Amino acid sequence: MSTELLTYLFVGVTFTLYIGIAIWSRAGSTSEYYVAGKGIHPIANGMATGADWMSAASFISMAGIISFVGRDGAVYLMGWTGGYVLLAMCLAPYLRKFGKFTVPDFVGERYYSQIARVVAVICVIFISFTYVAGQMRGVGIVFSRYLEVDIVSGVLIGMGIVFFYAVLGGMKGITYTQVAQYCVMIFAFMVPAIYISMLITGNPIPQLGFGSEVTGTGMSVLEKLDGLSAELGFAQYTDGSKSTIDVFFITMALMVGTAGLPHVIVRFFTTPTVRDARKSAGFALLFIAILYTTAPAVASFARINLLNTVSEASYKELPKWFSNWENSGLIAWVDKNEDGKIQYTAGKSFAGKPSFTDERGESGERLINNAPTEGVNELYVDRDIMVLANPEIAGLPGWVIALIAAGGLAAALSTAAGLLLVISTSVSHDLLKQNLAPNISDKQELLAARIAAGAAIVIAGLFGIYPPGFVAQVVAFAFGLAAASFFPAILMGIFYKRMNREGAVSGMIAGLAFTFAYIVYFKFVNPADNNPEHWWFGVSPEGIGTLGMIINFSVSFVICHLTAPPPQHIQDLVEEIRVPSSNNAAAPVEGGQTANA
Amino acid sequence: MAHSQDQQKTAAAAYWKENVSLLLKLLVIWFAVSFGAGILFVDFLDQFQLGGFPLGFWFAQQGSIYAFVILIYVYAWKMNKLDRKYNVQEGDA
Repeated sequence: MSTELLTYLFVGVTFTLYIGIAIWSRAGSTSEYYVAGKGIHPIANGMATGADWMSAASFISMAGIISFVGRDGAVYLMGWTGGYVLLAMCLAPYLRKFGKFTVPDFVGERYYSQIARVVAVICVIFISFTYVAGQMRGVGIVFSRYLEVDIVSGVLIGMGIVFFYAVLGGMKGITYTQVAQYCVMIFAFMVPAIYISMLITGNPIPQLGFGSEVTGTGMSVLEKLDGLSAELGFAQYTDGSKSTIDVFFITMALMVGTAGLPHVIVRFFTTPTVRDARKSAGFALLFIAILYTTAPAVASFARINLLNTVSEASYKELPKWFSNWENSGLIAWVDKNEDGKIQYTAGKSFAGKPSFTDERGESGERLINNAPTEGVNELYVDRDIMVLANPEIAGLPGWVIALIAAGGLAAALSTAAGLLLVISTSVSHDLLKQNLAPNISDKQELLAARIAAGAAIVIAGLFGIYPPGFVAQVVAFAFGLAAASFFPAILMGIFYKRMNREGAVSGMIAGLAFTFAYIVYFKFVNPADNNPEHWWFGVSPEGIGTLGMIINFSVSFVICHLTAPPPQHIQDLVEEIRVPSSNNAAAPVEGGQTANA
Repeated sequence: MAHSQDQQKTAAAAYWKENVSLLLKLLVIWFAVSFGAGILFVDFLDQFQLGGFPLGFWFAQQGSIYAFVILIYVYAWKMNKLDRKYNVQEGDA
């Protein structure tokens, strides 16, 4: 069977599976729709959280980025996993005990304030839309690259699928679909990784192969890579090029941001008990770690393969994959010294992304309009290629390539669905039920949630078809804003009983405003100054959420001590969420006057 | 089994204190493996080798993640014990 036919088959089978699961697990009440009736087994919830969390960026782009930046890539590896430790210990069990549906629920109730709730709702919607736009685009790109349909049809098909199971099934449908998507995604990521690890090091476990010898050279993978890099004029793979303070701040912002992202937090509202919420965080990180510890290994193998294959190679003798990816525009080569061979070294070969002409050069390469730079480097390689082209570079069979397409779609769709659900819940529950129309019935609220989900999918689809140029620019927003707003507010809400409405609200607003202004200034107002010389303390916009978080904590603390402590029933609420169960005979901890949360 | 409200409050406070102290211990490890070994002392640790890895690099790209997973499981296990010690575990329902 041809690779294309196999791809259709794999994508078709997985999509049918997702739809089948959606019909089987459709939601009948708001509780099922928002938090899957709080009946999800911790292992299933762990897988679903993993699929929810790992987006097209984790699946396709992360290994590619690491491949090109070497050790500095650790900011993503540590940043996107370390947050789960904070989540598991500082937030998840207590939020589960609190027992409501959403993050704004907690913020609004703990700080006895509709303003706090509305601030939270706005943040949730902003963060989630930022994220979802990239996912729908990812769906479109995978479709267009592997199945030769155009991006618009790809996005429409993706919208249709997500619409079906998010609108019908709510959290329940999404969770069970995500379990399936996790399995598809991890299988698709691991198969080529294991295969390539075997080819390069003879060790089938990529995490171990990463530290083994390259077969027949007597050098370890990393020594080999450092050697190749030095030879070709690249920075050492095992050295960093970012300043330590920037790496520190970015990692912290990503970790804290992860712990503060609403679509991740809400997963822990779905488990039956507090104990399961703790366990579930462990499973979630375990399932995520499988991909996250493999990704840096894939990055290093792919780098070796790429350098070995293309450097000083004659264009005409390169393997087929090179021209395939050149044809899809992710590789471009300018023969600056006209020797017919590829010189690949540090620096850009030309400015910006390639813009191809219809003509071919002397060696048969695609010509581009971009003006070449002064440097020696002749090659442009898109980072996404490292995962997408990896199976071809290693000469793997067609079914593995087809698997990558199904895996990429699973990664993008599962994340999109989780985000859309959070958006729809925010509208129907936080905005309508808790704010504008408190008297609507459960049925009406459920209908509102479904309509909101439908509307959100349409907007997300439009973002995917007409991507606003700022999508890539604003990813820093999602983490920075979550770090500077939700994380401190929720943490203090649990661990600091004295924290009151005035402190929390002013802290959130100060943290948000600072982070927002810093990112907007360097990304949009004055991008020319976006370099370490002008950054405060040498912290890039990606890492500024950490400073925003510190500001949030400081402002909250000061304001809280200048104003009255929270009312007694709020303090009792805090006491209550700190303990998993207060119904046991020996220690009914809640005070007699607890009015009910 | 008739405890007074004061005793209940004291028990809850003691439970909370043990919880926070466990949390702080685990977070110190969390900080040490990632921000410590993987970022602040990465160059220093790189002079040592772990298999084919410079040690600092290994912590940054592998070891910290393994440690995170272990930390969460240790936390869940210790907290379950603590819950039973103070009899605040959830019922079988």
